[in-house]
Amino acid sequence: MALRIQKTHLDQLRAHGEQTYPHECCGVLVGDFLVGDPNEAGDKTVNSVVACGNTRTDSPENRYNISPAELIRIQRESALAGQDIVGFYHSHPDCPAQWSKTDLAEAHWTGCSYVITSVEHAKAAVTNSFLLLGEEQSKHFEDEVIEISESNRD
Amino acid sequence: MPIKVLIPTPLRPYAGKQSIVEVSAQTVGEALSNLVVQHPDLRKHLFAEDGKLRSFVNVYLNDEDIRYLAKDATPAKETDTISIVPSVAGGV
Repeated sequence: MALRIQKTHLDQLRAHGEQTYPHECCGVLVGDFLVGDPNEAGDKTVNSVVACGNTRTDSPENRYNISPAELIRIQRESALAGQDIVGFYHSHPDCPAQWSKTDLAEAHWTGCSYVITSVEHAKAAVTNSFLLLGEEQSKHFEDEVIEISESNRD
Repeated sequence: MPIKVLIPTPLRPYAGKQSIVEVSAQTVGEALSNLVVQHPDLRKHLFAEDGKLRSFVNVYLNDEDIRYLAKDATPAKETDTISIVPSVAGGV
């Protein structure tokens, strides 16, 4: 299993974390599942990165939330373009690029990638991807390889 | 006449792998009930044991959260689209 992403898209989500520092950024990864069933944990390709606002204005330095209205819009537009939501990204300002208990508790998109970038002193450092597997009671993250491509294969 | 229900990626395995399911209904609540009749495996992913929508499951009629409309009793017509979207959140 791997998350395939072009370097420009990876740069884009990392830069978003620098722009919002010391607050967390967040957004949606739109692309294709390369197997029909998200639970089969196959490869995915990211075709676009959609930056979202962080609605957790009460605690933006250590929490993020994407407005459902934004998700609905992205889901609908993706479907019209024959694409799917394949994952999400957010940043951890001055914290490691590892999922937290909160990240797991609030993750509900099984089969999707959760990409986390650590931003240290306003500079994007490490970016990791974690694949959410299992059902709500048994859900867990597994490390996922990020395959970076230089250019669009279209 | 059918109403379209958009199924998010994580729930498609429980909805016959479909991204859109069409249901007949007069209200959003009826649409969701008919959806889980068609696809019984979806029930536990959408509803808690008390029959209420799970707290992290958002349901929109077109661009409006049904929590701010008439909830389950929100009228739905054939040109409407119901979207199911689990929440996306977390943090350090």
